[in-house]
Amino acid sequence: MIRRFGLLLAVASIIGWAACGGGGSSSSTVSSVSVSCSPSTVTSGGTSQCTATVTGTGSFNSAVNWSASAGTISSSGMLTAPTVTSSVVDTVTATSVQNSSVAGTATVSVTTSSGSNVAPIVVDAGPSNLGYSSTNVAFVTVTVCVPGTSNCQNIDHVMVDTGSSGLRLLPTGSGGELSLSLPQENDSSGNPLAECLVFLDGYIWGPVQTADVTIAGESASNVPVQLIIPSTTSPAVPTSCSNQNPSGGAGNEGNSVGDFGANGIIGVGLLPQDCGPGCTSQGNTSPPDVYYDCPSSGCTPTYATLTQQVPNPVSMFATDNNGVLIELPSLASSNNQGLNVAGSLIFGIGTESNNGLGSAAIYEVPDIYSSNFGNMITTYSGQSYPGFLDSGSNGLFFLDSSTTGIPLCTGFMGASDWYCPASPPANESVTNQGQSDSGPVGSPVQASFSIDNANTLFGTNNTAFSTLGGPQSGSFDFGLAFFYGRNVFTAIEGASTPPGSGPYFAF
Amino acid sequence: MRLLVFGRCTLLLQVAFAALSLLAPLSCWATLGDNAASVLADQAQMKGTITSIDRHAYVLHEITAPSGVTVHEYVSPGGVVFAVTWEGQFPPDFQQLLGPYYQEVQQAIAQQKSAEQSSDQQPTRRRRGPVYVATPGIVFSQSGHLHNFHGQAYIPQLVPQGVQTSDIR
Repeated sequence: MIRRFGLLLAVASIIGWAACGGGGSSSSTVSSVSVSCSPSTVTSGGTSQCTATVTGTGSFNSAVNWSASAGTISSSGMLTAPTVTSSVVDTVTATSVQNSSVAGTATVSVTTSSGSNVAPIVVDAGPSNLGYSSTNVAFVTVTVCVPGTSNCQNIDHVMVDTGSSGLRLLPTGSGGELSLSLPQENDSSGNPLAECLVFLDGYIWGPVQTADVTIAGESASNVPVQLIIPSTTSPAVPTSCSNQNPSGGAGNEGNSVGDFGANGIIGVGLLPQDCGPGCTSQGNTSPPDVYYDCPSSGCTPTYATLTQQVPNPVSMFATDNNGVLIELPSLASSNNQGLNVAGSLIFGIGTESNNGLGSAAIYEVPDIYSSNFGNMITTYSGQSYPGFLDSGSNGLFFLDSSTTGIPLCTGFMGASDWYCPASPPANESVTNQGQSDSGPVGSPVQASFSIDNANTLFGTNNTAFSTLGGPQSGSFDFGLAFFYGRNVFTAIEGASTPPGSGPYFAF
Repeated sequence: MRLLVFGRCTLLLQVAFAALSLLAPLSCWATLGDNAASVLADQAQMKGTITSIDRHAYVLHEITAPSGVTVHEYVSPGGVVFAVTWEGQFPPDFQQLLGPYYQEVQQAIAQQKSAEQSSDQQPTRRRRGPVYVATPGIVFSQSGHLHNFHGQAYIPQLVPQGVQTSDIR
């Protein structure tokens, strides 16, 4: 109560000071209003304190009027969320009293009470110790427990990734939050099992341990999870691991929270495990450089059975375990960008009233372990390319400047790795279609997106951008920028869903 | 397109590659910037199957390893590997594939990351996902997702006249 009283005083004092300004002289102007609300996700009927920062010139009036798209909001910015039966995004607006054409907004994700299949997503600046502003990363909070105990910890700012499978967490030694001591998983030789998970721009190295995992109202027991450890921690990173990424030894994303960009990652993609048959002893002549047998003498590649591998945690839930739906609001009405945007990670496809496919088109990618690798056919200007949806990529990454005609931004080496169209927006249109090893599956469906000047977008403190793009030779990576305003489903390989079994994308 | 006749021993070499491929995964291949002779010198160590195609402006060598990684090497008429591409469910060993250019790629990526995470380098932001670095010395990109890695690297100064960089894919 004391803290809340103090906050009200602060707000009141701002209004009081502005009033003393006497309504502003003729030269005073209000240039912008920015809004933030804490917490940015609340359950049905919950409260969130919103604050506005007004900037301007001269002795401007910093008072604002508050409004909310749902629920009620007090004159001091205290939002009381509506009572909801499914997740909604509440938009809070603060409008300048001096100039009603200047306003700022923030969104608060309102979810149903716990026990649901909805985990609130927030696209914000990231963990407080990140050191830079996160850009287009969808975060959720995950609860992990020592198996079979009530010794638990909430880990916030865990990145939602449809491009991988498995839960991986940064311990405090890496600058992350995980401080629980989890039991080590052993391989078939009885030695500790470790893993090298290679991403495009780095790698994760660390032991495989087990935890009871809870997200929203969904739980799974004894889930293999990977720790993301720094290079200074034992076991040492094998060269065969670090050589698989272009950054070499420096590509270890476990060296700091800034290197990884989150306190962990929850891979909710198309695969039930992070490697699958390719890492088992069946049909393979030698183990790939993924799972490692780690006696005290050092780590060497080893086979891992499907149950030893790090699974997509969704596939281990008792219910709502056939895939996920990611819902993020459209940013079109706010210059295609936003600050602290709220959304939902909804578990299950067609299992509850809130996760039906509706009119979403389905893009089947059945031969995910063979030559198609889970890619759609994306057609652009008459040419076909591999295409996929990856919420762990933060832009729309496609082709190159010579193919798209979109120049790169000016960057530190002359050219940046972002697009800066000469006269934004660059409006693009593609078709997407499912595919199997024997050819196209289903009909091509058109999708449109736009690219704005990345340097202009980054000139704000916003954290969410639906028109952010960059080059990527020879394929289409529909990253989180593509997800805003779309409901994107990923169905897990082999899992049963109303229209048929996964793997597929739908949106 | 036609199969390149690599002297009279091509068939023999391809039989040898096929036989070796049954024994062990691909462990070594010619690297970016090496000469064509190094392709032949490395053949004894290669464990994949190889196909070579003459595309007039360059010769394309395709090596497929049992692990499912496919590597393309582009050799100029001057006999230098000026570009490599790769695709597979696992990434290749970049130390082998990029050779002396591996360090250059590492430095370029490190500089890019550091600039994008530094608050005094606004307005740029950190890119997450596919990698794209273009310096005067090398262009490197890699994309994909879990279970699918594909990418390319080429040395701009060594790309022969008449070859479009969009041909490298």
